[in-house]
Amino acid sequence: MNARNSKKWLLAALGAALVISYFSAQFNRYYLGVAIDVGINIILAVSLNLINGHTGQFSLGHAGFMAVGGFTAAKFTLLTAPAFFPLSLLIGGLMAALAGLLVGVPSLRLRGDYLAIVTLGFGEIIRVIFQNSQAFGAATGLTGIPDLTTLFWTFGTAAITVYVVTSLVNSTYGRGFICVRDDEVAAAAIGISPTRYKVTAFVVGAFFAGVAGALYAHHKTVMQPDGFNFIRSIDIVVMVILGGMGRTTGVIIAAVVLTVLPEFLREFASYRMILYSLLIIGLMLARPEGLFTIRKRTNAGA
Amino acid sequence: MSVSLLLDSITLRFGGLTAVSALNLSVSGEDLLGLIGPNGAGKTTVFNLITGVYTPTEGTITFNGRPTTRFKAPQLARLGIARTFQNIRLFGSLSVFDNVRAAVQLHRSHGIRDALSRGKSFHESEKVVADQVMEMLELFRLARLRDEPATSLPYGEQRRLEIVRALATQPKLLLLDEPAAGMNPTEKVELMKLIQFVKDKYKIAVLLVEHDMQVVMGICQRIAVLDHGIKIAEGTPTEVRADPKVIDAYLGHEHS
Repeated sequence: MNARNSKKWLLAALGAALVISYFSAQFNRYYLGVAIDVGINIILAVSLNLINGHTGQFSLGHAGFMAVGGFTAAKFTLLTAPAFFPLSLLIGGLMAALAGLLVGVPSLRLRGDYLAIVTLGFGEIIRVIFQNSQAFGAATGLTGIPDLTTLFWTFGTAAITVYVVTSLVNSTYGRGFICVRDDEVAAAAIGISPTRYKVTAFVVGAFFAGVAGALYAHHKTVMQPDGFNFIRSIDIVVMVILGGMGRTTGVIIAAVVLTVLPEFLREFASYRMILYSLLIIGLMLARPEGLFTIRKRTNAGA
Repeated sequence: MSVSLLLDSITLRFGGLTAVSALNLSVSGEDLLGLIGPNGAGKTTVFNLITGVYTPTEGTITFNGRPTTRFKAPQLARLGIARTFQNIRLFGSLSVFDNVRAAVQLHRSHGIRDALSRGKSFHESEKVVADQVMEMLELFRLARLRDEPATSLPYGEQRRLEIVRALATQPKLLLLDEPAAGMNPTEKVELMKLIQFVKDKYKIAVLLVEHDMQVVMGICQRIAVLDHGIKIAEGTPTEVRADPKVIDAYLGHEHS
């Protein structure tokens, strides 16, 4: 995406979302549902790509952020029945961002596998907290959430997510995320604070995961803590890896493919995870830089 | 403006190991101070102390009269201390241009909000950055490689790029950690010219850690010699070369 025209792209995408959603009543309900799932997964994958791909901080906590956003937004809607749906989305996003800050700050001392384990632990803790808190319906979760998520809100948010992530990264300021990923010591030596960039990535990434969670809650109309286990996080990580770490376009395509594919494979649904595992193994062997990455010619034939 | 870095009886211990012991060192003005010593003498450790990678166990470091002992690397970069690394550390997934661009960011105020708003001031500011980067790349004969991945460059040019990146932070003190390592004689001569050029052009102080005597003796005004974390001599190249302690510890006797 051309950085200079990115604002126009954003407006165009929002316009397209509006036009399509105008006709959404005529769509088959099933396809409409899948389309919204696609949009939600795009938001999740693109926002996780900021943390895992661009900033290189391996996080397995995205389902946790999604749960925080989903549950708070759903509870907010149920309690206050807001006139304006985005208010719920915003509250979900902000709560998740706060969670992102809470995880981000202590996690800064950790790298690689250790960080992955901590974020994984965080996701599980979130799930268990919701499972045990009566206010959020304990193990049954929240039900009867109004069905407010439309194509427009989903793809509008997706467009904003893509805009925010690409704008952040494609700027002189944003080179800092990639510097931190490539070499933290060198980044610090030229005045880039790895701490600040990592926290920013976590907060922004968590915010959009929270919004995605809120959209999800108002789409499925039920929120069950079980749906946000670490397999959900892995699903999103797979989208990022399959799309190519740090490649927004690839990640969007991967999100679409991996959302639609299981729908085609419904009859083999129980083999889905096997398929996933095989896919990742095959991918890592064949294209370690991601499926949709255009191979860059670098030295040593790499 | 004259710059000064002062290390006042700096000691660094790792458990039972004393890596640097009661070291006094000063670099000021437009000095070109060489720091030499055998392997494991603590030269790179001194660099890491100055640039905030390690915090000294005892002693104080002051930069331009300001105590910076507990400062971390990004703060020190902001104050004007830049460095290169013994094993080149470029940003591998970024182009030559972006490596320098990331460093230019340091003294510019725009951040997240500008990047997101994409307003007029953002584009203007990005243009200023781009011009600044290209100017430096042209000055150091790297302009034609601007879009190449940084790590695809030949060794000598990677070294040069790392120095350019350090200079892009507008430092007052530049620390070079074994810049001649792995270079052939022609490249070494080039490097000496480059260091001299940098000093003349930017009027900054340079602290150079180096193993190559030809380079050190050739360009340094003053040389400090470290052995087992202790400074055993300091003086002009001629003085240091004649110092018996230095000959014992590092240079070696001539057998005739």
